[in-house]
Formats: sequence, C-alpha cells, structure tokens
Amino acid sequence: MAKVTVDGIEVEVPNGATVLQACEAAGKEIPRFCYHERLSIAGNCRMCLVELEKAPKPIASCAYPVADGMVIRTDSPMVRNARRGVMEFLLINHPLDCPICDQGGECDLQDQAYAYGMDRSRFREAKRSVKDKYVGPLIKTIMTRCIHCTRCIRFSQEVAGVPELGATGRGEAMEVGTYVEQALHTELSGNLIDICPVGALTSRPYAYVSRPWELRKTDSVDVLDAVGCNIRVDSRGPEVLRILPRTNDEVNEEWLGDRSRFAIDGLKRRRLDRPWVRKDGRLAPATWPEAFAAIARRLTALPGHRIGAVAGDLADAEAIIALKDLMAALGSANLDCRQDGAALDASRRDFYLFNTSIAGIEEADALLIVGSNPRVEAPVLNARIRKRAIAGKPFPVGYIGPRVVNLTYPADHLGEGPAALRALLGGAHPFAETLRKAERPMLILGRGAVARADGAAVLAAAWRLAVETGMLKPDWHGFNLLHLFGGQVGALDLGFVPGEGGKDLAAMLAGDVDALWLLGADGFDPARIPPSTFVIYQGHHGDRAAARADVILPGAAYTEKDGTYVNTEGRVQRGYLAVHPPGEAREDWRIIRAFSEGIGRRLPYDDLAGLRARLVEANPVFGTVGTLERRGGADLRGPAGDPAAMGESPFVLPIANYYQADAISRASDTMAECARVYGSGAHARLAAE
Amino acid sequence: MSGGENGGATHAVDEAERREQPAHFAFDEESERRIPDILARYPEAKRASAVIPLLWLVQDQMRRQTGSAWVPKVAMDVVAARLGMAPIRVYEVATFYFMFNTRPIGRYHLQVCGTTPCMLRGSEEVARACRDATGIKAYGETSADGMFTLTEVECLGACVNAPVLQVDLDYYEDLDYESTVRLIESLRRGERPKPGSVTGRQASAPAGERTTLLDVPGE
Repeated sequence: MAKVTVDGIEVEVPNGATVLQACEAAGKEIPRFCYHERLSIAGNCRMCLVELEKAPKPIASCAYPVADGMVIRTDSPMVRNARRGVMEFLLINHPLDCPICDQGGECDLQDQAYAYGMDRSRFREAKRSVKDKYVGPLIKTIMTRCIHCTRCIRFSQEVAGVPELGATGRGEAMEVGTYVEQALHTELSGNLIDICPVGALTSRPYAYVSRPWELRKTDSVDVLDAVGCNIRVDSRGPEVLRILPRTNDEVNEEWLGDRSRFAIDGLKRRRLDRPWVRKDGRLAPATWPEAFAAIARRLTALPGHRIGAVAGDLADAEAIIALKDLMAALGSANLDCRQDGAALDASRRDFYLFNTSIAGIEEADALLIVGSNPRVEAPVLNARIRKRAIAGKPFPVGYIGPRVVNLTYPADHLGEGPAALRALLGGAHPFAETLRKAERPMLILGRGAVARADGAAVLAAAWRLAVETGMLKPDWHGFNLLHLFGGQVGALDLGFVPGEGGKDLAAMLAGDVDALWLLGADGFDPARIPPSTFVIYQGHHGDRAAARADVILPGAAYTEKDGTYVNTEGRVQRGYLAVHPPGEAREDWRIIRAFSEGIGRRLPYDDLAGLRARLVEANPVFGTVGTLERRGGADLRGPAGDPAAMGESPFVLPIANYYQADAISRASDTMAECARVYGSGAHARLAAE
Repeated sequence: MSGGENGGATHAVDEAERREQPAHFAFDEESERRIPDILARYPEAKRASAVIPLLWLVQDQMRRQTGSAWVPKVAMDVVAARLGMAPIRVYEVATFYFMFNTRPIGRYHLQVCGTTPCMLRGSEEVARACRDATGIKAYGETSADGMFTLTEVECLGACVNAPVLQVDLDYYEDLDYESTVRLIESLRRGERPKPGSVTGRQASAPAGERTTLLDVPGE
C-alpha cells in the first residue's frame, strides 16, 4: 500500500494504482476523456493533469503510478491553467454543433468545457473537417467531432475482441475508422456509443429523436438474452426511446448486447393491443369478457388432464406462477417451459444454472465449451470470458461444436459432436488432462446441446465430465448451463415442467391435450400443434403462434410490467414498468388472475405484493432479489440420463441469427437491417477467412 | 447500407481510389528471398515488429513490378496475414509514415525538403524548378506523363548540403533552379545521375577553399 496525500487528504491505495485512482479514493473528481477504467490506459487526452509536488510539470494522473509519500494537488492554479490549455486545444478542431448533436446534454466534452473552457476561441485558422466513417448499421458517425481519445479503438480490440477500428494517418490527418469502411463484426457495437465521450459515435436509430432531459428513466433488467443485463429504459410518453446498460460488476459490468439495446423499435410493431377470438375460422376483434367467455366455455368443458400450458422464453416469473396456479386449479399438470425440447433436469438447481457465476469466470483457469457459441448466445458473458482469456495467466479453452465459430479468444476445436465429449470422458484426450490439472476448471454446456433427442445423455455426460475433471469442489462449481432468454430459468425455478402424470411439450403437441395455453410461447413451430387443439395465445407480439390461436389475450412486454426474472446464473432480478402496455393489453399475471375469477377458481392474490409472497413460497430463491450466493459443487450426484446413450450427430447451435432470435427482435426494423448487413453467419464467416 | 438517414456516412476511400487498388498481391520470388532475413531479426512472439520492413519490401516490389512504388491495401492484408496481425494495425502503420505511399505515384518520387535550412538555402527555387520541369501544379500531384510525383517532406538530415531533393532513395544536394531542371531532364531520359552534391564538392566539405585548419604543421 502507498500513502498518498491528495489536496491535504491522506489516502492509502495499493501499489501499482494510478494517481487518478488515488485522487478518486480521496473523493476528488478528475476530468478525463481517454481514461476508462475497463480499458487499457492510453494517456493521450491530457485532461486529467494534476500537480505533483516536486515535479516540474503537471502530470497525466491516469498514466502515472503512485508512490509512497506523494503529495498531489488537483485544484491548484497550475492544474486549472493546464486543464484550460488542454481544453482549448481539444476545442480547436471540435465543431460548435452542440445544438444539433445527439450527445448534447450527456457529453463529457460539453460538461468539461463548462468547467475549463473559454468563452471564445483564439484559433483563427481553418478548422479541420473529417469525412464520416461507416462502422455498421447501428452507429452513426460524425467524425469531425472526434477528439482522438481512442476509447473506441481500445474497446473493440480489448473488450469486443474485434481489432477492426484504428487510427490511420497522423497529426492533423489522423482519423479514427476501419480504413476499409466495413461494419464492425461485433454484437457489442452499441457500447461504442456509451464509451465515446463526445458525439462522434452516436446511435443511428436514435438520431435526432430526443434529448436526455426529456426522458423518463426506469431501471430494469434485460430479457432478450439470459445474462440478465441491468438496463435503464428511457421513455417519453408511451414510447421506449432507448435502452442503456446500467453498471453491475457482477453481471454485465457496463456492457449490453446489440439486440438487447436496439431491438426496441420491435416493441412498437406487430403488437397485440386487443383481444381476438376466432369466429368461423377467422380471428375477429373482441372484448375482454368475450375472450374470457370463449376460453371458459372451452376449458370448463374439458377434464384437467386434457389442458396444457407452455411458458415462453420472455415470460416473467409472476405470469408463470399465476399460470401454473391456474393450471393447478383446473386440475392440470401438463406444464412445460422448454419450447426447444431441452432435456433439462429441473429437480436440482445446479443442474440447469450457470453455477460458476458470470463474475466467477474471471477466477477460472480452464474452460470447455460444449455445443454453445456464447458470443451469439450471450455476448456480454462472452466478453467476460474474453476478459479472462486476455488477463495474462494461461486460460486454455476447449470448444466442441460447429467448426466455423469465432469466439474472439483462442480456443482448441476438440470436435463437432458427442464423440469429442466421449473422448474427454475416457480421459484419453489431452484436454481432459488440462482440465484435471486446472485448479478451477469450468464447463459451459449450451442449451442447444441438450435440446436434441439424446439431450439427457449429453447433460449427464457433461456432468460426469465435470465430476471426473474436478470441476465440482466444495468452494467451486464449474458446471454451467448457458440459457438463451431471460424467462427460461425463472420458469424452471418455479417448476413449470410436467408435474406428476403431466405431459411435456412433445406429448402435448402429439395431441394429448385438447386445449393449449401459450404464455408468449413463440419458440416452436405452431404448425406442430394438431388442428383440433384449442389454442389460447397470451402475449405481446403477433408472432408465429398468435396466428394459430383461437383466442388471443394481449399481454405486456418486459418494459411494460413490473416483472421478476432469473438470469442464467440463477440471480433473481426485477424489472419495472417504464411505459404502459398499448391499447387494451394488460400485465400478464392480472389477465390470468382475472380469468381465474371469471371461472370461479379465483387465484389467492390480489396485488403484486401478494403474488410475490406466493413466488417466495413456491421457491424461496425469489426472496433474494439482486443477490447471488456463490455455489459450491458438494453434491456430485448427477442429473438423470445415461452418458452412454449419446448419439453421433454433431451439435447444432441454437441461434443462427443473433439479430432476430425472439418475438421482439423479429418485429424490429433495426434488427432486420442488421441481419441484412451482417447476414446470418457473417461472424462465423469472418472466422473462416 | 452505405448512407441511410445519416447521409454523410461517406466512404473515405472514394470510388477513384477504389479503382486504382489492385485486386491481388503476392510477394514475388525476390521478396520471398528477403523475408526470412527480416523475420529472423525479431523474436517469434514479436513478429509484428517486422511490419515496417515488410511494407518496405512491398513498396520495393511494386516499384519493380509496376514502376510505381506504393503499398496497395491488399498488400497490407498480405503483410497482416504473414505477421499474424489484425489488418487495421498494418493500415495504421502504413498510413502513419509518409515514406509509405498508399496511392500510386509516378516512376520518380521527387521529395523536396522544405524545412528551415533548406528553405533558407533556396528550396523554394528547387520546388519551382520541379514544377516547371514536370508540369506539376502542386505538392502531392503526379505529372501528366506519369513520370514524376512531387511531395514536400520534412528535414532529410542533409542540412549542410542544403537544399536537398530526394529522388526515390537518392539524395541530390546543393541544388539550385538550373541544376534541378537538368537533373529532372536526365531522369526523364532514363539516366540516373550520381547522387550527392551536384556542385561536385566532396561529402560536406567546404564549398570553396578550405577555411579552417590552414596552419596544419608540416604542410
């Protein structure tokens, strides 16, 4: 530890910390443009100058290591003067277009110019102007505004793992761009907007839409992948205008995937905003009582075991428990939430969770990925793996799955199918030795790898491999299942799987039920539903399944309700209502609760508090919102399934097109444009080159 | 999507530049012969250090093959692949150093030093002579016959023999208007006058009589 005095305040910081960190520890705010705590240090903007006693010149605090006994002043005349000088230089070539700049109101340069800027310029020469660059369909560039902090270059190289941005030319001719004018091949490109301290990189879909002070900001949680990124929903009136990540070091740090950020225009299109009832073969608009009556007529005439329910991938825990209770009241145990047919064992939590935890990835020292491309299935989680991979200490990564995948970090391709898993199990494969030798090895099993005929065998084999290679220890759990969407784990936690004597999805689709209640279930082909089955679709988008429905109940999307979601780690998080559902659409649990009353099977909760008490009763884990207890792998008994039953067919990745993977993103024009530009396999192709 | 509502998402490499870029580049035998020597200078883990020598090799090969010493984009990609670097890292280096031409140039690259000592000794006259003799209007242009490209460079480090004109890799020193025109004329005829001082003085020895060490004993 080093003892440093900052403006008369004595602080102790670790050796190797920077002067800037010491100043922050003392509660002093240091202006900066190029410095970003999650990126390498560049030290090129010079805004963070401070005075160091006995040093002849001001020093760049972000790039200066502390030493014991340093005396630093952050607000002396010398410091203020130096920063004013830096600001004057920065503003020489920066345009005065704040009134039409989308960064206005949340611009670091604008803010700092208030503190250190002059009210006039002494620069009489011509300002330089720079041609705008093309970096993809999501980022708008106005490169004349660029102050060359190089944050975007470092982000794409270090965090996103796609070294495609750079600074070409030199001096006055220096320009930031790709040089070859192509879209950046990353699912994390939206973060460039956040990371750019000026208005050089802004959101293309959000261009000229709004000013930050016009927006109502609602903290929430993302459900479009299973990471559970913490987000802030910015809305104005009835419209969600943008989504930004919130910092949560344990989950998403401060990043967000492009689908989660940019699919929001899908919240306005193809919405179900009123109930519909099929009459004479055609869906016709209806009122709520008519829709309820149509369902009640049908359901009350059926015995419980002829009714089934399927929970969708984006459903909130409140709606899921309400539907489960309704089904119980109707006498049905035919429940399923595994639309992809994943052979998940819901009997124990650590059979289907990402047990290592996302932050725990950084402690791992070997990794095996089976049948998953985390880059596409959970880009932010993949960034965490990359962070670990480039952290210095060796981190061997093995990968079993389709050959042409670029994970953004080096990985040994061990095979394409279960054969490779079998070889590892035998211990014959050298990578098995690598895992065994590691102190904290981990395994990521893709949900796609168990969503196949021999899924249970693959699950059991992966578990056995975890046991054999010492991934399960009292203080370390290296077995991880990577889910795909925000509602999947919550449904498993609530036991939305076939109860005693209940039928699973495949049986329900085989004609074992006469009525099917789909709660936002768009994850399977509705053509598989037998023509005679009565289908109730409750959801927010007129996607695949709604067209097949006999009754449509308009529900709320994740930005339109107070909902509880569980991410792939098993972390319970809450989203909050940012805007109201459109038209006559209602929060999903209220719909189910209202329906239950209509058929005389009133569910025993009247408000959110009562419902959430029921959630905790169903699974105590719902009482631990926001926190996550790290699990150890003490119990080695594995999930049901026989590893020997694994077939031969290679693993197929579940998400072929990152940009259009769910009902919301399929309705989004922005995402359609991305899919067009990048193509469904553009990232994979890049790897093949 | 090239523009969209952004309108200004223009391509830095515009159409004309795109057309002059060759579709293909591969090191020829001569270059391949030199590459192992270059790579051997750097540790295996720091192979990227060889980027400047390899780009230099590219430029030299282009001079041999096309008569124009420049580094096309495809060649940068070839260098990147050879050294295991991201292509953008090579683009950065190639565009940073003025000695790499990222666009085609004439057969002879006339580089006029415009830094203070040369300027005081008449580099503006040298530049004027270059313009007059080649028909070039301004720095950065190539003559209509494709023979010459004129650029202004910073100090070439030959101030004692100012003003200096660098033709490709050769220095011509002690120039004035007439001698510069003569030099260009002979280049045009395909001759390569001997590099160095055009007035015939030896290295940087005094231009006229010796002015110091006049009383050397024994002389």
